[in-house]
Amino acid sequence: MLRIVFHRLLQTIVVVFVLVSFTFVAVRLVPGNPFVSDKALPEHLQESVYKSFGLNGTWGEQYVIWWRNVLTKGDFGPSTSLFGRSVNEIITQSFPTSLLLGLVAMTIALLIGIPSGVLAALRKNSMIDYGSMIFAMAGICIPGFVLGPLLQLWVARHSNFFNVAGWESPADILLPAITLGVGVAAYVARLTRGGMLDILSQDFIRTARAKGVPTFTILRRHALRPALLPTVTFLGPAFAAIITGSFVVETIFMVPGMGQHFVTAVTSQDYFLLQAIVLFYGLLIGGANFLVDVAQAAMNPRLRDAN
Amino acid sequence: MSAPLPTNLEKGTSLWKDAWHRLFQNKLAVLGLFTVLFIFAACFIGGPIMHWMDIDPNKQSLADKFAGPSGDHLLGTDQLGRDFLVRILDGGQISLLIALLATLATVTIGIIYGGIAGYVGGRLGNTMMRIVDGLLAMPFLIVVILFREITKPRIELIGQFLIDEWEWNRDLVLRFSNILPLLVAIAAFGWLTMARIVRTQTASLAQQEFVEAARSLGISHTRILFRHIVPNMLGPIIIYATLTIPSFILYEATLSFLGLGIEPPNSSWGTLIKEGANYLETKTAMILFPSILFSLTLFAFNFLGDGLRDALDPKAAKD
Repeated sequence: MLRIVFHRLLQTIVVVFVLVSFTFVAVRLVPGNPFVSDKALPEHLQESVYKSFGLNGTWGEQYVIWWRNVLTKGDFGPSTSLFGRSVNEIITQSFPTSLLLGLVAMTIALLIGIPSGVLAALRKNSMIDYGSMIFAMAGICIPGFVLGPLLQLWVARHSNFFNVAGWESPADILLPAITLGVGVAAYVARLTRGGMLDILSQDFIRTARAKGVPTFTILRRHALRPALLPTVTFLGPAFAAIITGSFVVETIFMVPGMGQHFVTAVTSQDYFLLQAIVLFYGLLIGGANFLVDVAQAAMNPRLRDAN
Repeated sequence: MSAPLPTNLEKGTSLWKDAWHRLFQNKLAVLGLFTVLFIFAACFIGGPIMHWMDIDPNKQSLADKFAGPSGDHLLGTDQLGRDFLVRILDGGQISLLIALLATLATVTIGIIYGGIAGYVGGRLGNTMMRIVDGLLAMPFLIVVILFREITKPRIELIGQFLIDEWEWNRDLVLRFSNILPLLVAIAAFGWLTMARIVRTQTASLAQQEFVEAARSLGISHTRILFRHIVPNMLGPIIIYATLTIPSFILYEATLSFLGLGIEPPNSSWGTLIKEGANYLETKTAMILFPSILFSLTLFAFNFLGDGLRDALDPKAAKD
């Protein structure tokens, strides 16, 4: 078990490192520069501007300096597109917003997905089954950028409770979180149903049934834990889906989160901001994958007890 | 003296005939198949017919802006008075073209890479798959966005060269150099799962007698791999390819919606939905129509893919 944890941790660090390095090179391979790109600055001005942002060295030097500042001082550098603001400031402002949105979306996804998947499996080929599988298919085929505007149009505009967009009242989190969560809920429902059907057809469940154990107890004591293994495996990718989904959803509902900053950082070639955001996303997704792997090993006795 | 052959032999069915039969028993899959065919016909035949009838997607007429459906404009017009139906069909051409070409590319790369990794096996094969694992751990959308940013200016340079030096058709080159960066970026990171599937299949098929037989006949490794092993896994490949198309349509639309995919003057379903979101209140039809066609396409492909899986791989079929 400890070996698995160590191995996965090492893997996660390597992946995050490669991802950030790729970003570092990628933004510099794009022609143009991070500063207002329409007019080229005079040579001597450009030099001093580059110098003041620490962009005057070779890529190797910049790379080493950036990592050193990040690791030793926690300093991510200045933003080049939002003048006068540091990347640290932007991230501390937007990260909690995105995290909150992501967590609420994930909660919604699990609260919808797991029960409907379990019910569908228990009542296979019934109206409940078909209903939840149609819902799941709809969740996959109606993505956030379609669902979001429709919710604004048909829900927010007709109620006093929801604002069409913005991030002022606590209720403002609901519509974006639903938009973000429904797609993930769809996959969760399908996976839970599949896992449940697998387990329910096995001998030990039949034995429990034959003994006369009530269905609910069978679920709680025997079926749920192994049946949820595929769902747990999916939580890592689900987390990644929520993060990338937030690019779209934050734009639609004008949520002041990291997703919006990611998109503008790409288009405005904001080197430092982009590197920092990708580092954060990498850590989040890598961390989620790591936790999922460990949880999975802990849930599965065959993996847990292997040295 | 041989015994007379029985004359009333039951005709055997092939795997494909059998699968085809099972597919046609599945109502949702048939519905999906015909919807896909209909949407393709609408975009790739209906669109050109409308052009031929002189309905130009770029012809602006501010007097007619936001017009409702009429005989002249079946779905009305947009904010610049352009016919909306022809814009949706033209956008569909681009969305579908990107998804199809990207799928073709990923399947090809996946078969070659996964096939070699599975056939060679051993250390090299393992290393090849470790690289795939590592790339799969990257968040897909983020690396695709970054990769597109790198390829875009380079492809534009090549396009300019083709126009200036080789005097290629300017419109055609510009149209393609606008689509290509996204296509390349999606394909560059989209082949990983395919490679995994092919590798698993190849590794198990390579152990079987018919491969040994082929080898003892002195057939070359390349030929064994691509003429004997790969044809034996067409089932899983077709299933996966069918399910890849809708996911690529979705990625294209997501990126275009963010302004990081197809850019004006070209349009795709993603850019049309993005435009429509700006006129959500003034003219709901502008987001509704492309969204409906877009989601319908995803539904159809997914039903078809699920149906194909059930038909070609009865063991994996959901009970």
